[in-house]
Amino acid sequence: MDWYRVYALVIKEFLAVLRNKASRMVLIGPPVIQLIVFSYAATFNLRHVPMMVYNEDTGGASRQLIARFQGSPYFALKGMLKSSRRVADIISDKQALMILRIGPRFSRDLALHRAARVELIIDGRNSNTALIALNDVNTVIQAFSTEWAGAHGWRAAPAVLVTRSWFNPNLRSRWFIVPGVVGLLTLVVAMLVTGLSVAREREAGTFDQLLVTPLNVWEILLGKALPGFLIGGLEATLIIVVAVLWFGVPFTGGVLALYLGLFLFLLAAIGVGLAISSASATQQQGLLGAFLFLVPAIILSGFATPIANMPVAVQYLTYLNPLRYFLVILRGVFLEGDGMGMLWSQYIPLLAIGLVTMTTATWLFRHRLT
Amino acid sequence: MNAQRLRGLIRKEALQILRDPSSIAIAFVMPFFLLLLFGYGVSLDARHVPVALVADHATAETSAFFAGFRQSPYFRPRTYADMAAARQALMERRVDGIIWLRSSFTRRAVRSATAPIGVIVNGVNANNARIIKGYVQGVWGLWLGTQAQERGESLVVPVDVRSRVWFNPALRSRDYLVPGLIAVIMTLIGALLTALVVAREWERGTMEALMASPATIAEILIGKVIPYFALGMGGMTLSVFMAIAVFAVPLVGSLWLLFACSALFLLTALGMGLLISTIARNQFVAGMIALVTTFLPAFILSGFIFDINSMPWPIRAITHIIAARYFVSTLQTLFLAGDVWPVIARNMAALGLIAVFFFVVVVRISHKRLD
Repeated sequence: MDWYRVYALVIKEFLAVLRNKASRMVLIGPPVIQLIVFSYAATFNLRHVPMMVYNEDTGGASRQLIARFQGSPYFALKGMLKSSRRVADIISDKQALMILRIGPRFSRDLALHRAARVELIIDGRNSNTALIALNDVNTVIQAFSTEWAGAHGWRAAPAVLVTRSWFNPNLRSRWFIVPGVVGLLTLVVAMLVTGLSVAREREAGTFDQLLVTPLNVWEILLGKALPGFLIGGLEATLIIVVAVLWFGVPFTGGVLALYLGLFLFLLAAIGVGLAISSASATQQQGLLGAFLFLVPAIILSGFATPIANMPVAVQYLTYLNPLRYFLVILRGVFLEGDGMGMLWSQYIPLLAIGLVTMTTATWLFRHRLT
Repeated sequence: MNAQRLRGLIRKEALQILRDPSSIAIAFVMPFFLLLLFGYGVSLDARHVPVALVADHATAETSAFFAGFRQSPYFRPRTYADMAAARQALMERRVDGIIWLRSSFTRRAVRSATAPIGVIVNGVNANNARIIKGYVQGVWGLWLGTQAQERGESLVVPVDVRSRVWFNPALRSRDYLVPGLIAVIMTLIGALLTALVVAREWERGTMEALMASPATIAEILIGKVIPYFALGMGGMTLSVFMAIAVFAVPLVGSLWLLFACSALFLLTALGMGLLISTIARNQFVAGMIALVTTFLPAFILSGFIFDINSMPWPIRAITHIIAARYFVSTLQTLFLAGDVWPVIARNMAALGLIAVFFFVVVVRISHKRLD
């Protein structure tokens, strides 16, 4: 291994990526913008759910219940209905996500210590939003119920739930999503830098020239991989700093544990990128390959939907996905205070994937030579 | 507009598609593969959640309470001897939550003295934690009911909510995710199909040759769009067929309307790809821009999985320029609710505007570059 030759190749690779103004912009601008936009956008905490109320009751109890919805940041009261005539139109035209109907006997039933019934109609087109909104409605009504029972001498329940959530006491989904976005964008950047690097040379015909230079296959591979490590590492650092300083996500674990994870993750991601790149003859094929890897890697990583919910066969498939392990490392280090000792079960698969893909990339290099 | 020239251009483009199979792969293999993967991979319905059950002092009452967890399809309970062991299991992610009954539980529950039940959930995945909390509440509610029944009382809570979920009564998340996925996948495919074609011509220098021919800019662009439009509609048909046949998503609305809306959406996606490749003039940059501006925004900003109303207003404003936003809403409505004209007309008007915008800009830029 001649380090001077590798150094020259690295410089050449950097120039190839950074010389073009547009490609420079694409590498630096979008990841930061995306981090900010996606971190604000990707939330499962509902706010301002548009709702309407159809109140047939004239007593004070129903007004107290409605006031609770008005005072809650989770709901936005869009109007009071005078009749049930427009209910179907309002829901199907998406003017409101839900309609709360309070029957005419609501206050009277409560005064007589009978269960008072309310009806909720909700748009289930997005079933997850519907489920969360249902939960939020139940929370408001349960709080009203408990208070009413206490204030008016109803019988107490034999047991109550006292719930605490660890690591994320207010259940802010942003704390879950932002570390995920760090992993996501690092993967995208690493694939962008390495995914087309060999294919580009092959299409331009300069790859043959590279092969007749004194560089051996390993030196070429290293020269192609190092820019990915440097750019990926720097971008990841930038994104982590923004996550901590801008979004205030707590960083409770070890920095070294995170960077060991980042290094191994980049090894695996760059290995995949180079393998795809060396297998393709044109840039279009390289791009297609990068896409065909990236998209499932993001969906099947546990970034937005938990791996445990997937069918068992798909769960086994996720063991091949480097992002899966890196997300556990990121969330562990950010929220759960993990050090290196807790994360070996994630480091080792990453290392294995990295070694296999790098070897494959080298083999494809040689294979394409002959 | 000269029909013969146009036919020639379309023929050239079609030959190019046939010779490099990657376009055909993008249009047909990708939606098949992605829809299969996503349809099975993306699910928000938590089942068999591993929870730790801890009773400081096991009695008939504590096992009666825990029986609810054993019978529930949502939980996979494991009994731990004490809190220290359960805490360790939670730290090591072997369980997602702990249900803890203190030694005073039996005594207080029997006397109706409101015994506290400790519930600890791992809050890292906040959405999942909230779903688990809901499930625990369900088990607790059932237990309260049977307790009251055993004592011969009826359980009365002050306010009883009856909820009805329209369009998806069983709250099957797949029924709304699959139509959304079609929108995400078609955004990707539409833009990818055209993102590289113009850039490739610029890079190889054949664009100048095309421009030197008598064909006008409009003819060149139409000649490029028509073959890819046909390919894209093929992919769309495949996706809709899979949604209905493989994932059993009900199609309540009408099929012709679905295809009319899809055609309009595909035009916006192809237009975006053309714009990217006209601006970039370089396959590498065009590919990168396509990657960055299509899939992730369509995935995160379209309302496909994250609720748009809950986003802060600057982000909500951005979602208005994401074409996938309108298509996701249209597809979810057509599949689950039917031909709701106000929703569809609104979305189609927006898509039409975006499509016109892209094509006008592409023609403008191309004209300028001629000089």
